[in-house]
This record gives sequence, C-alpha cells and structure tokens, in this order.
Amino acid sequence: MRWRALLVGFAGALCLAAASDPAERLADPAKEAQARSIFRDVRCLVCQNESIDDSQAELATDLRKIVREQVSAGRSDLEIKRFLTDRYGEFVLLTPRFSLGNLALWVAPFLVVLAGAGLLAARLRYRPPETELTATEAERLQRIVRDETY
Amino acid sequence: MIAEVGAFSLVLALALSVGQVVLSAAGRIRRSPALAGAGEGAALAAFLAVATAFAALMHGFVISDFSIANVAANSHSQKPLLYRVAGTWGSHEGSMLLWCLALTGFGAAAAGLGGSLPRGLRASTVAAQGVLGTVFLAYTVFASNPLMRLVQPPVEGRSLNPLLQDPALAVHPPFLYAGYVGMSVVFSLAIGALVEGRVDAVWSKWVRPWTLAAWSFLTIGITLGAFWAYYELGWGGWWFWDPVENASFMPWLVATALLHSAIVTEKRGALAGWTLFLSLAAFTFSMLGAFLVRSGVLTSVHAFAVDPTRGVLLLMILGVTSGIGFALFAWRAPKLGQGGLFAPISRESALVLNNILLAAATVTVLLGTLYPLIRDAMTGEAISVGPPYFNLTFTPLMAALLILLPAGPLMAWKRGDLRGVVQRLWVAALIAGGSGVLTIALVSPKKALGALGVALGFWLIAGALTEIVERTRAFRVPLAQTLRRLVGLPRGAWGMTLAHLGLGVFVLGAVFETTWKLEAAEALPIGGGLGIGAYEVRLDAVDPVKGANFDADRATLTVTRKGQPVCVARPEQRLFTAGGETTSEVGLCYQGPSHIYLVLGERRDDGAEPRWMVRAYWNPWATLIFLGPGIMALGGFVSLSDRRLRLGVGRRRESKA
Repeated sequence: MRWRALLVGFAGALCLAAASDPAERLADPAKEAQARSIFRDVRCLVCQNESIDDSQAELATDLRKIVREQVSAGRSDLEIKRFLTDRYGEFVLLTPRFSLGNLALWVAPFLVVLAGAGLLAARLRYRPPETELTATEAERLQRIVRDETY
Repeated sequence: MIAEVGAFSLVLALALSVGQVVLSAAGRIRRSPALAGAGEGAALAAFLAVATAFAALMHGFVISDFSIANVAANSHSQKPLLYRVAGTWGSHEGSMLLWCLALTGFGAAAAGLGGSLPRGLRASTVAAQGVLGTVFLAYTVFASNPLMRLVQPPVEGRSLNPLLQDPALAVHPPFLYAGYVGMSVVFSLAIGALVEGRVDAVWSKWVRPWTLAAWSFLTIGITLGAFWAYYELGWGGWWFWDPVENASFMPWLVATALLHSAIVTEKRGALAGWTLFLSLAAFTFSMLGAFLVRSGVLTSVHAFAVDPTRGVLLLMILGVTSGIGFALFAWRAPKLGQGGLFAPISRESALVLNNILLAAATVTVLLGTLYPLIRDAMTGEAISVGPPYFNLTFTPLMAALLILLPAGPLMAWKRGDLRGVVQRLWVAALIAGGSGVLTIALVSPKKALGALGVALGFWLIAGALTEIVERTRAFRVPLAQTLRRLVGLPRGAWGMTLAHLGLGVFVLGAVFETTWKLEAAEALPIGGGLGIGAYEVRLDAVDPVKGANFDADRATLTVTRKGQPVCVARPEQRLFTAGGETTSEVGLCYQGPSHIYLVLGERRDDGAEPRWMVRAYWNPWATLIFLGPGIMALGGFVSLSDRRLRLGVGRRRESKA
C-alpha cells in the first residue's frame, strides 16, 4: 500500500542506520555498546517513529553526540534518560513509562487474557437445562459423526 | 474518451450497487427469488462496471495520458511499463478504486457462488455487501475520483515516488487489498446471519473459505511489504512496529483468530456469538487500517497528501458501517444458542485459548498504535510507544500461544486426553530441547533468550510434523499403509500443518536474525575493506551507471571468507532524474538461508582520496523470515482447495437426497 511505503520510505530516505558512522563512534567498545542501546530507545523527534540509532537527521546526530558524551563521562542509562526527558518530555523515549497515565496501555493486554480466561471458565461450567437431545442436536450430532474431524 | 467511459462506469457501478441493495433487500422481505436473483445480477454488473473503470485508469497510466489529473500527478513517461501499470494503484485515489474493485469482485463472487446458502441468508448477505459497495463507491466517486481530467494537461508527469518503483511493492497493494477487502464478505455474512437470527453449520462452513482466502492474501501482502522494507530501505530491518505496519497486522491477527473460532462453530456449534463478533471485527479493522493510513492522524510529521476531509469521511464510513454491524450484534446475538458442551481439556478449550491470546495480542497492537493519540487527546501529554513496548507485551503473549500451539491439533473434541497428547509430543519436545541446547553450545555469543526462541521454532515445526505422523500412524504400521494414509489426508489437514510449520520457520528466522545479526560500517577508499563476522568485504570500484529513469553510483564489493571469494555484490545509490530523490539499492549475498547485506552510502571527500560509506550486515537465517509466511499462505490456499470447503453442506445434502 502506498501510504505504508511512503511512511517507511520517507523515514528510510533520510535515515540509514546512521549511528554506526565511524566518525561518531566511541573508542571504548563497551561504552559504545551502552550508547547504542540507549539510542535504540530514544526517538528522533523530527523523524516519523524513528529512533536516533537509525536517523541521519541533524537533531539525531546532535542527540547521539550528547548521549555519547554523557556515556563517556560515566553516567548511567537512567541518568541519561532522565536528562533527555527533562529536556524533551516523555515523548523522547520509545518505551512508555510505567506510570498511572499509562496504566491502561501496560495492563489492558493482560486484562484481556484474564477476562477471556474468566469467560472460558464460566462457559465450561455452563450446563444446558435440557438433558435430552433435541431434534436439531441429534441432527448435528449425526453430521459431526459423519464429517471427519480436523 | 476512454477515461470518460471509465468515469461513467464508476458512477454506473454506484447506481448498480444501490440497485443491489434495494433488489436484494426487497427479495428478502418479499421472499421473491426473482428479486433476489436480480440483486445478485446487479452485484455482478457492479463488479464489471468497476473493472471497466479500473481498466480505463490503467490504460491512462500505460499510455501516459497526462490529461488525467491522477496520471499527471503520479506517473512519468520514462517509467518502465511495470511501474506505469502499478501506478494505477499507487495513489490515494487509485488505491481506493482498487479497494472498490476488490469489494465488488468479492461481492460478485459471493453472489455467484452462493448457491449452497439458504435463500434468506444469501439475499441478506448480498444486500449487506451492496451497502458496503455503495458507501465506498460513493466515497470514490464524490471525494476521491481518479478519472478526473485536467483542463491544461502537462507535458510530463510528476512520477511515482522512486522508493515505490520496485517489483515487490508493485504487486504488494493488490495482495494486501484482496486480504483487507476479502474480510468484507465475512462481514456481510455475519450481518446476514444476524438479520436471519441463525448461525448454523452451513453458515460457518461458508465463513471459513472466505476468511481463509482473505487471510492468505493478507499474509502474502504483509510479507511482500516486509520484504520490500528489508531490501529497499537499506537498514536491514523488516518490521518496525510502525503504525502503518500495525494497521495491516491487526486485521491479520483478527482473521487468524476467526479462522480458528469458525472451526469450533462449524464442528461443534459452539462460540457462535464470538465467531460472529470476529467476523464483524475483521473488516472493521481493515477499515480502521485504511482510515489510519489515509487520514494522517498518526503521521503528523508527514505532509504526503494527508487530507483531513477525506480522513473524516473515512472515519464516518468506518463508524457507520461497523457501528450498525455491532449494534445489530448487540441486539440479535444474545438470542443465539450456546452450542455443545466441552471439557477444560479439549480441542474447543485449546481453540478458545488461541482466541484469547490472539485477542489480547490484537488489543496490544491496537493500544500501542492508538494510545499516544488517546493520551494526547485526554491530557495533552505526548508519549511515544515504540518497539520496546511491543517486545514487552506482544512477544510474551505470542510466546505463550506458540508454546500451546502443537498440543491443540492433537486434542480430541469435547474431552481431550492430556496424557495422550504429552505422550505424542515428547519427540517434538526432545527435538525442541535439543535444538536449544545445540544453539547454546554452538552459536556465539551465547544468548539464552535466543536459544529459547530457536527451541520454540523447532517445537512448532516438530509439532506440526507430529500431527502428520499421528494421522498416518507412521512408525507404527507398515510403510505402505502410512503412505496410503498420507495420500488420503484431506487437504484441510495439509493446509493446517503447512500453516503451523510455516509459523515455526518464521519464528526461527525472526529469532536468529534479531538475536545474532552483526553490523559494520566504514568509510572505505577504493581497495579498502571491512570485516563482518567471518567475512571480509572489499570495495573494488564505484562506477556511474545509467538506468531507465535514474542515474546511479554502483559499487563493486567482493566478499571473501578466509581469502576465498564468496560473492560479488553491487549495491547502488540512485538519483532519480524526475523528482531528484535518492534511493539506495541493497546488495545481497545469499549464504544458505543467511544474507550478507551491503549498502553503499554517501561519498566523503574529507581526506586525501575519496571514500565511500559502506555498511555491511550479517543477517543469519533471514530468508526464513519471508519463507515462513510464504509457507503459511501456501497452507491457506491448499486448505482452500479442500473439496469439503468447496462443496457446501447444503449442496451435499441435496445430492444425497
């Protein structure tokens, strides 16, 4: 579909896995790995749904520089992320926070599982009032017996 | 002249769709086979009329008739024929026409093949499909007509975005739309069943093949899109949890759930309400996808033909059609029967679990896509929901589903035997465990989660094969008898096995690629090299080349392993002359199922000699990511060819009588 293509495509044209550029890299491989893992969680604010790890936009280059500087200075992931959210707001992190405002986001999928399990349990306990097979049930039974099961 | 014929046909199709609704509804109310038959005729005629309009637009693209506004805006006379043809559905207007073509096409097919359906259900379904056709054709005619003429035609067109000029992407929309819109038949069938107040085996036997067909097309469409993103975008990824990808993934998840719940409804008469609900939800998600992608609500940074007026119209269509559907559901569904009883350990329970997990997965994707909008509207705070969220929610739900999967098909209906299932699956469990241990032992760096993922992939593959072994009683009866049973297996069984096997193949590829991919990038002078895993890549030359409508720099990269040549890749950096856009053409070296993925970046003149950025990725087992869904779709089509699906229950009963 065109729009899908445009969306990913537009981002792609601007942003080609930019973070691996040797000109930007840190000398210490462990520090570089730490910086890269942070990049993947930081949004390129001017791109569309792109991390600064992928983006070649100017802002992403600046953000990478800041993050690398802070990593070299020995600051922890948490400190760096706090620095970024203080400056740009929660929007800058690709992982939404575990906060009250995001409660529905984090909990709903698992609530669906629980609700489904509850409904299944109720269904398993359900007993129809009639004990005899009705005519349609008998017919359906015959059909099931006749059809090979999957 | 041809464009005018097309424009006229489009309006005619709208009129015919209205006729389809009126005639079929009248036929249903008056119980008149003649009126209902006329409604079916109108459905067929509407399809032919849309096909004429579509052919007229395609003709305009092929001959580069720039007096048609849509062609002028989206085509270029120098474009290769394939991309001129693909340009037909390359724009918003053209893709809506493709949507209408698929919608009326499925409507005509449902009307024409409906012989085995009870008359009332058939007329109601055709009428409901007619309503959908009317709504979308009205939108196309009045708000997004692709056959409008320009008063002053330009000499040259504005061309199609070069990123879209790619064989995989040229055929991606037709498959995707066939999938999206295929769900419309299921939606109409559900409306028909609700109007008739009856969900029986005939109905569910009808729902399954249509869902299967749509699901298979959607699987292919999504896979083509992912494959295109993989080799065209040049950063090695294939799935980004992007809102537009999610828009196509949600209907797929719902359709997958529907495929499974429809089996329970067909075989056991249970879950009728839920199957109806999913039938309505599948097409609702298709329409939601169309709305999300087209209205631009999720792509605020993008200025591509984002048209809020059209967005509002699409939202209204979505709200009204699915609103009516679900209102009807709320009113009529409580009267449906509960169906057969089943024990906690049974095929029914296994399929219900499958549906619970798929429903939760759909909710995850839906929330992940829409939550930033909801939060922004309610509190004004902007948040981002990126891949890490989906890894923490979607992945565990899917993992749970995949662990349970092989047990499902081995369960008996009504009351299953857990111990028997465990006994039959121990070989598969051994294979899975063994592969996990081998992965830890052989693949470096050692990653426990990756090894678990590999074990899960083999668990699915071995589980799918166990099903075949069980059905043919292999290793327990003489080989000849096994072979005889193998030949005699119904296509539906093969289809299911292939689909589950394909899922396992996909899991293997996805896990291996994401866990053990390697990346390297250097600015290389001619003759320079970089190492990636066990391979060395050398930049031999960069030459200018000229394509049909672009100029390119083409690198010649030689890949060696321990001094032995492995392959030569020629990635390109293309500059399109018409629009001035650059794209990168990836060079791929296939090493078994793994890829060495090479990208030529920009030229740098900062040193003594010119250097080029060269990025290399080692993507182990990446072929399986695209092969797996291919096998799944094949399974869908194999299952679709099963005689038992083609011959409806009704017709078989007639032939016996």
